[in-house]
Amino acid sequence: MIESLDPRINRASISVDNNIEPLGTLDQWETYEVFHQKKRGDQHMHVGIVHAANPEMALAFAKEQFGRRGLTANIWVVNTRNVFASTYEDADIFETTTDKIYREAGGYKVMDKINQYKKSQKA
Amino acid sequence: MYGNAYIEPNEASKTHSVLADEDPKLLAEFEARIERGEKIEPKDWMPKEYRKQLIRMIEQHGHSEIIGALPEGTWITRAPGFKRKLALMAKVQDEVGHAQLLYSAAETLGKSREAMINDLITGKSKYSNVFNYPAFTWADACVIAWLIDAGAIINQVANAKGSYGPYCRALDRICTEESFHLKYGHDNVVTLATGTPIQRQMVQEALNRWWPPIMHFFGPSDKISSHTEILMKWKVKMATNDDMRQQFLNMYVPKIWDLGLTVPDTNLKKNETTGKWEYTEPDWDEFKRVINGGGPCNAERLAVRRNAEERGRWVREALKSGQTAYVVPFA
Ligand SMILES: [Fe+2]
Ligand SMILES: [Fe+2]
Repeated sequence: MIESLDPRINRASISVDNNIEPLGTLDQWETYEVFHQKKRGDQHMHVGIVHAANPEMALAFAKEQFGRRGLTANIWVVNTRNVFASTYEDADIFETTTDKIYREAGGYKVMDKINQYKKSQKA
Repeated sequence: MYGNAYIEPNEASKTHSVLADEDPKLLAEFEARIERGEKIEPKDWMPKEYRKQLIRMIEQHGHSEIIGALPEGTWITRAPGFKRKLALMAKVQDEVGHAQLLYSAAETLGKSREAMINDLITGKSKYSNVFNYPAFTWADACVIAWLIDAGAIINQVANAKGSYGPYCRALDRICTEESFHLKYGHDNVVTLATGTPIQRQMVQEALNRWWPPIMHFFGPSDKISSHTEILMKWKVKMATNDDMRQQFLNMYVPKIWDLGLTVPDTNLKKNETTGKWEYTEPDWDEFKRVINGGGPCNAERLAVRRNAEERGRWVREALKSGQTAYVVPFA
């Protein structure tokens, strides 16, 4: 064993036998979902979570965790409990969406009709 | 930074018996999704063994970030010059932030953050072996920032292409920040290596001290570590320990030699026929001894961590409100 180089051990004299009570439930508080906006006008994007005791603290932690590199214009935090989400198991509820071609611009072929009409006029 | 997640050296491989009670149809669907390159998300069906191994691996990774910040943190006050102090503070903050991201990813698999911290401070969970060695001089801190973080990046870039969504997303964010650590560490090593004879000697001695832990960093040789097959199939592990070690040697040994520094292994050379590096087999008994608690700094690292948890406890208690309830995060 070498003599410690860590001032917390060799100057603050922390004992290596400092057994402590285990952390209890919610010791690290609840989680908040973090939404990050890069610049004004952009969408907010979900980037992860933070543990915090209240929304103000969640915002402070979110700034440190997700706003310390690059650009940030704005951050939202939402308590995970307040997120109501669909499940991947029920993903089939979205399945027919792609069949509904009448909802898409590409579902309308007006040029075909116009060209056919023009051709019939010439004849 | 981060060490390769170690499979419990004392745990026998029981993968096959563990899979025996899984629904074969669900298992086949699960494996087909991974095969197609789909990401698995927290609420998806997964084999118990997949969940267990991922928790172990992500949790160990998180612990390594926290414990890795301890030896580096002690160098902040002694880092030469204001700019290096600022940079080292930023790096240490990043590492602690990495732990937060990783713990969050592991939590989505159903283990609470409190349980992970408890397992760390009681010595039940492992973390990267390299942090159980002391950083004697400033040059040690520089070698750590350059080469340990380099090893971490190789591992993290590989795992970012794995199958578990929350872990991959955390790693993408982490890898971006690690590129600063690598550049910062390289810059510091280059400064010493191109400096005065005393500085050169200092960095060479640090490299000599850190070489064995660096060789241990990627975990035991594939020859003696036999449980990786299913983990690679499930894309929990994306490269074998030896492959990552080869990749590291290939990328960094030439950069070390470039500076006129030597590596303390006379057998180290690239075999031009096979394209593989040859080296003295690392001492795996030493590796096992240290990971099981017998390294020079294991006890004090955990003591420092316990002290921090204990001293912060009253603040965490004081901030608790009556109306809370834990919900496992979504992603
Ligand atoms: Fe790092
Ligand atoms: Fe890191």
